[in-house]
Amino acid sequence: MFDNNKLEEIKTSVESWEKEVVEKSISRFPERKQNFTTGSNGEVNRLYTPLDIEDLDYNEELGLPGEYPFTRGVQSTMYRGRLWTMRQYAGFASAEESNQRYKYLLDQGQTGLSVAFDLPTQIGYDSDDGLSEGEVGKVGVAIDSLKDMEILFDGIPLDKVSTSMTINAPASVLLSMYIAVAEKQGVSKEKLRGTIQNDILKEYIARGTYIFPPEQSMRLITNIFEYCSKEVPQWNTISISGYHIREAGSTASQEVAFTLADGIAYVEAAIEAGLDVDDFAPRLSFFFNAHNDLLEEVAKYRAARRLWAKIMKERFNAKDPKSMQLKFHTQTAGSTLTAQQPDNNIIRVTVQTLAAVLGGTQSLHTNSRDEALALPTEDSVRIALKTQQIVAHESGVTETIDPLAGSYYVESLTNRIEEEAMNYIKSIDELGGAPKAIEKGYIQKEIQNAAYRYQMEVESLERIVVGVNKFQIQETDKKELLKVDKTVEINQREKLKVLREERNNEEVERTLKLLKEKAGTDENLMPFILEAVKAYATLGEICNVLREVFGEYQQTVIL
Amino acid sequence: MDRPIRVLVAKPGLDGHDRGAKVIARSLRDAGMEVIYTGLRQTPDQIVAAAIQEDVDVVAMSILSGAHNHLFPKVVNLLREEGVDDMLIIGGGVIPEDDIPYLIESGIEAVFTPGTPTKDVIEFITNNLRR
Repeated sequence: MFDNNKLEEIKTSVESWEKEVVEKSISRFPERKQNFTTGSNGEVNRLYTPLDIEDLDYNEELGLPGEYPFTRGVQSTMYRGRLWTMRQYAGFASAEESNQRYKYLLDQGQTGLSVAFDLPTQIGYDSDDGLSEGEVGKVGVAIDSLKDMEILFDGIPLDKVSTSMTINAPASVLLSMYIAVAEKQGVSKEKLRGTIQNDILKEYIARGTYIFPPEQSMRLITNIFEYCSKEVPQWNTISISGYHIREAGSTASQEVAFTLADGIAYVEAAIEAGLDVDDFAPRLSFFFNAHNDLLEEVAKYRAARRLWAKIMKERFNAKDPKSMQLKFHTQTAGSTLTAQQPDNNIIRVTVQTLAAVLGGTQSLHTNSRDEALALPTEDSVRIALKTQQIVAHESGVTETIDPLAGSYYVESLTNRIEEEAMNYIKSIDELGGAPKAIEKGYIQKEIQNAAYRYQMEVESLERIVVGVNKFQIQETDKKELLKVDKTVEINQREKLKVLREERNNEEVERTLKLLKEKAGTDENLMPFILEAVKAYATLGEICNVLREVFGEYQQTVIL
Repeated sequence: MDRPIRVLVAKPGLDGHDRGAKVIARSLRDAGMEVIYTGLRQTPDQIVAAAIQEDVDVVAMSILSGAHNHLFPKVVNLLREEGVDDMLIIGGGVIPEDDIPYLIESGIEAVFTPGTPTKDVIEFITNNLRR
């Protein structure tokens, strides 16, 4: 990109600047610390110049927006065309209460829904299961059957909104419920827009809501890919997630590496199941974290886009450019929120929002200030959503595409993250791919080491967290927190009891028996799950049938 | 006391957030304690059985899902039913301030919330052992 003679001149002047200007200055006023590092502990130089990116080939490595390798963004006009989707992850207590929250958010200008399910739902237990005790409606909404799903989306036209569902192990069941609700609204499958998370590998790595062993889980996932490519063509069938990997303590480069390694495993599984890469790859989507180190995060998203494009083109021979585009949702980092001085979290979320937007995200969830304490109140959620609106409409960063491109520092960081991620992916390939690397505990161990190092840095004050290890204040004011009523669990059980009495139990039994039979074959299970759902078989009943055939995953405990 | 302090770090309930539990486990180990980590999704019965079988001095539980008021006291009660009253039982996680008095009253001797330095936990354990 640069003229060689000019580079020589720059080199000479930088050297003399270091020697004559900087050294003198440091001798009088030493720098604040010995080592300057990114949020992920990467070394940061005093100054970046064209010398740091002298080998960068613009056309090969950056290109133009909407064109390979998509470093500058997946759309040709980015936010000049359309802003990102503002999508707040929400859901708590009962379907009725969550339905109210969704309507409130849509009224406030939110443009897409994002459903949070409670843990029993995410792990395939009904609310009246012994293991669900104390967890019903706590971290999300409790959904036991199609009945609850009908209430959840009551009055929300499913052809008008796009809905993201954070559901993994039982994704096929919840997607079936969504399809069935739409059908009742008179909306056909082809019109449905949304995403299911459906990313089981990161559940084994970092998030923990697995049910079945890897092989059977991968089968369910490829079943969904295949079914949706024909029946629900606008649906994003997976959201390959680095978010939780980062929350568990990984570095930015590890977040990219382990997410894309998981992505590679899904593509391989689908190809092995006989699908054509360009039939399903355009519906793959990603989900990343946004931490506080603004420029490192921007570089991370850019590196991830470029690396995925190369992987799809070179490793999997994808032909459709859409197969090479890494589209992603972002959520600001829950793990950076502090319980101390919670209002400070609004500022953290603002920085993280800027990172996601400057990094070219397709949709964004902003966390609320009180999430280190409890589920957010309506007030806090509103501020979080307004943060996005202010960045979108007042900050000016949306007016041009990829505005930080060409920054010597950002380009150099982008290169470094891509390289570090590639090295990790190589190591994972050598172990036999992501599922094997997870089984061996390799990925978990790498994340844990990074998490522990971070904690030690905070405790030794190498890393400052405002209000936690520095600038503390005596806090006096009581915070208004959201409380989930105990009656949710009781009501949910009562609803189940009525459901089990009122539905056609013969039909339930017939569909469950058929599902069990088909689970033992290699047929696509989606149509049979959908049938059971429509008969009002519960989530727990459907998952139990599959547990009987598939067995359950036993975690590798690594310390 | 001659033998090192033995600690069971446990994740009761369905919650999958174990970053905190693992960081605590490792820091206790680095402080010279013997640490057993249960892994995810342990029922109160399983935790009590492990605590007795491993003959630990401390049971340290972590929950970030909001189920603490239900699950923490359950573990305490089950241990009492088994006649165990000399284990130090502590908890941590995303736990609202308002819930802490109830948990303390239920027999959880300390509740550590986000932002707690690991050395505070180590210190508390060392100073409050019951055997």
